[in-house]
Amino acid sequence: MVKDILEKPESFYEIFERKSGSNKLTTHYCPGCGHGVIHKLIAEAMDEFGIGDRAVMISPVGCSVFAYYYFDCGNVQAPHGRAPAVATGIKRAIPDSIVISYQGDGDLAGIGGNEILHAANRGENITVFFVNNAIYGMTGSQMAPTTLIGQKTTTTPYGRSARNEGYPIKVCELLSSLEAPVYLERVAITDAKNVMKVRKAIRKGLQNQIEGKGFSLIEILSPCPTGWGMKPVDAKNWVDEVLMKTFQLGVFKDKTAEAAPEIIEQKEFTSDEILKILGASKNGSDFLYDKPEVKINYQNPRIKISGFGGQGILFLGQLLSQSAMRSGYYTTWLPSYGPEVRGGTANCHIIISNNRIGSPLGAETDVLIAMNLPSLDKFENDVRKDGLILVNSSLISRNVKRNDVEVLYVPATELADEVGNTKVANLVMLGAYTAKSKIFSHDCVLFTANETVKKKEFLKVNEEAFRKGMEYVLNNKHKKIKNTIL
Amino acid sequence: MSELNLEMVKEDPNPARKKHNARVEIDGALCKECLLCIEACAPDVLKVSETLNKMGYHPVEYIGDGCTGCGVCFYVCPEPGTIKVYKKIKAA
Repeated sequence: MVKDILEKPESFYEIFERKSGSNKLTTHYCPGCGHGVIHKLIAEAMDEFGIGDRAVMISPVGCSVFAYYYFDCGNVQAPHGRAPAVATGIKRAIPDSIVISYQGDGDLAGIGGNEILHAANRGENITVFFVNNAIYGMTGSQMAPTTLIGQKTTTTPYGRSARNEGYPIKVCELLSSLEAPVYLERVAITDAKNVMKVRKAIRKGLQNQIEGKGFSLIEILSPCPTGWGMKPVDAKNWVDEVLMKTFQLGVFKDKTAEAAPEIIEQKEFTSDEILKILGASKNGSDFLYDKPEVKINYQNPRIKISGFGGQGILFLGQLLSQSAMRSGYYTTWLPSYGPEVRGGTANCHIIISNNRIGSPLGAETDVLIAMNLPSLDKFENDVRKDGLILVNSSLISRNVKRNDVEVLYVPATELADEVGNTKVANLVMLGAYTAKSKIFSHDCVLFTANETVKKKEFLKVNEEAFRKGMEYVLNNKHKKIKNTIL
Repeated sequence: MSELNLEMVKEDPNPARKKHNARVEIDGALCKECLLCIEACAPDVLKVSETLNKMGYHPVEYIGDGCTGCGVCFYVCPEPGTIKVYKKIKAA
């Protein structure tokens, strides 16, 4: 198809609304930057193949991180170097999408070296545009894995030496040793002739994906006038005269002709099968419990649970959130913990509400469940006036200092010991909180606990612990609760 | 299929000028003065303007005739919307 007019491709937004600042018609790229040309060629190909509506561009870190300003298609931002993994996920979840990974050399060959290697080795049906300018352009011209021997950058002021920094990585050559990739070509943004080769390669890469043939990577040598400290025309010539000496253009692998299109089996699930997988029932009513009447002070609680890792803090939060779901509330569960599983500190923030929840993290807390002393020390002052604090008095030797809040001292760990397992202190606390707030029916919590606990031998001890906690609160009702030890 | 007639690119294909019914439009407000188009233009019909645009660049402009409609300037220009090439003059 030969067009009579060459103009801005329709796969670009007409006005770059997402771009900050007042100039919404030009790109943020420097004069003479290769990205602009490559963008234009990709957009043109997207126009021609008519894939704008199903294309998803992955833009990880680099100047092109803002590709979503310009392309009128789906976009997912990926962490540095991780675009191939994100692309894999999207392609597998939505096989009909056209997934384009747009990566720079620092991104793809540096931090993301492992990602691209394995995506290529799996032969993912994605198209990777690898923009190689031999430098970390965005961050200020540091040495990249593709920097030439002798090339001066801000981190190799005397020029890259093989002895100190190793040799430039040739990605196409490296990947061509793998079985799976279908199409690997290196092209360059220099004169019109080479730009046309880039155009052709971009089309081929996308065509391969549309036809389901497999992994294509097009390495594009691209000028970075600013990073190289050159005028745009000189930078273009430098690609031609210097960069192309090390990175020779050409096709490194092309199995396009013989590659068989991947046939994706779309398994059809019946609605019964889906319900079974999700563990749901047809109308959900089997699992729904009525919301009890809740005192105003206990309604819509923002709950903080905190303690040692291993005390079941996060699990207690899950039980609260899941019970809330089964009772028809809106709910969020936001965990926060260190890298250690046991022995560190863990806390989580749960919101249970009759209304939709804007943020899972509130500035204030209505209910604090403190399972150990550091937790009480840390979060006591975050509780709102007239809020509720449940203190695990087995492990916390002091009283709550504030006198404008309601406090329940529950010897949760000791009660858990009484049922024969110290670890179920969290279930004791769950019982205590449920009995106090009456926010869910007891049946609902027990049902949720039974559904959630994986090891069925713990069901009985969990239930006993829960009842212990409940009974403890109910039996001590007559005593003065406000800030005294029960 | 290439949209460029590469034959046109090699040498000035249009010594006589005005033979081709083509023209180029350059939106001066969007030009960043990288000069890649001027360098690539075989019939040499583009020049730097003396005016400044809002970004502080001297935009490139068409001298007014001699465009062959080869499209090279469009493809080497890094800005998406700056250059528009009408291969035939009938397009308004």
